[in-house]
Amino acid sequence: MKKESWKELTLGTINLDAGNSVKNLTGTWRSGKKPQFIEERCIQCFFCWLYCPHFAIEVDGDKVRGINYDYCTGCGICSVECPTKEKAIVMVKEEVKLFEERAK
Amino acid sequence: MAKLKDLAAIEDRLVAGHGMCIGCGIPLIFKVILRATEDPLIIANATGCLEVCTTIFPRTSWNVTWVHSAFENAASTISGIEVMYKALKKKGRIPKDKRFKFLGVGGDGGTYDIGLQALSGAVERGHDIVYVCYDNNVYANTGGQRSSATPIGASATTSPAGTQSPGKIQRRKDLTKVLVAHNIPYVAQASPHRWQDLYNKAKKAFEVEGPAFLNVLCLCPTEWKYDESLGIRLAHMAVDTCVWPLYEVENGKYKINYKPKEKKPVLEWIKTQGRFRHLFKEKNAWVLEEFQKQVDQDWEELNKLESL
Repeated sequence: MKKESWKELTLGTINLDAGNSVKNLTGTWRSGKKPQFIEERCIQCFFCWLYCPHFAIEVDGDKVRGINYDYCTGCGICSVECPTKEKAIVMVKEEVKLFEERAK
Repeated sequence: MAKLKDLAAIEDRLVAGHGMCIGCGIPLIFKVILRATEDPLIIANATGCLEVCTTIFPRTSWNVTWVHSAFENAASTISGIEVMYKALKKKGRIPKDKRFKFLGVGGDGGTYDIGLQALSGAVERGHDIVYVCYDNNVYANTGGQRSSATPIGASATTSPAGTQSPGKIQRRKDLTKVLVAHNIPYVAQASPHRWQDLYNKAKKAFEVEGPAFLNVLCLCPTEWKYDESLGIRLAHMAVDTCVWPLYEVENGKYKINYKPKEKKPVLEWIKTQGRFRHLFKEKNAWVLEEFQKQVDQDWEELNKLESL
């Protein structure tokens, strides 16, 4: 990212580009584990969506579609809070990190 | 009654890519609160985790008008903004019937300690604002110093547990009651794990005419030292042990929103977190007793106040 000089910055450093933090991929923080979504076990309770601190649960209408690994930090709250008997989100080992995968 | 699916369909006002810790409890709170109003929202944020992590220049995670000025004056800033909008309406620069909502946000450091004077002034002047405090019991943003919201016995960097010290020895401040004493229309205490309750409270706070205050328990895996995946379990425990009772005060009338079927001992809450680990040493047993006594006292008092 190019750094702007003080002459180029907006007055009072007002940021007019609302919500531009989506370019910041927090998924690179994951270390060793990631959640895996198993659609057929999902009862669409949306608890994972509610409790995800990094907005990584992808929702389409009234269905949970999966996990956005660009933002998922692998905290595991979704897996713990999944209420189904056989959890629809399970934590699995992750060998290749996101930035390594992107570098290929 | 709102459904989670309906809430999920609403566009995010706080978006992904923020720098909050893995397993942080703040986004869970604001995911719900920011959806409780459909009107345009203006937010003034005190310095704290939320402010620092969501606006790492040149990035911002906010989709709404957002302003930060200093640690102590989020409440003053938002009350000033509220008055400015009134003036602009009077001058005809903004249509008179257009509704706006004004939200002040601060952590427990910026609300309980540093911003208390500004908050007290803002609610006393009767501005039509909502102030939300996310209380994680510690100055997490600056590295874990004790705040007046830190409970007795908790180890923090400025009240460390050691051979002589059992952690913080003072009782925590009950800010919710301080705000009740201002006789404002709406004051409530909520927890993110009961989202329906939190949503209703936020909705009421936005709808009420005049100042409203919400105090929400915020999970902090970094400073409380627990496995970050267990955050919501901890919130359940805080409410079931009555360490964090859920209640609201509407025009002076107390209502407890959730009474645990069986009030669990405070020990259940304490043993889940690393910051209380030293309390299990024999010489610190008095702190545990004192903690339980304080919680029992507060719960009893709350029940009395409700029955008035």
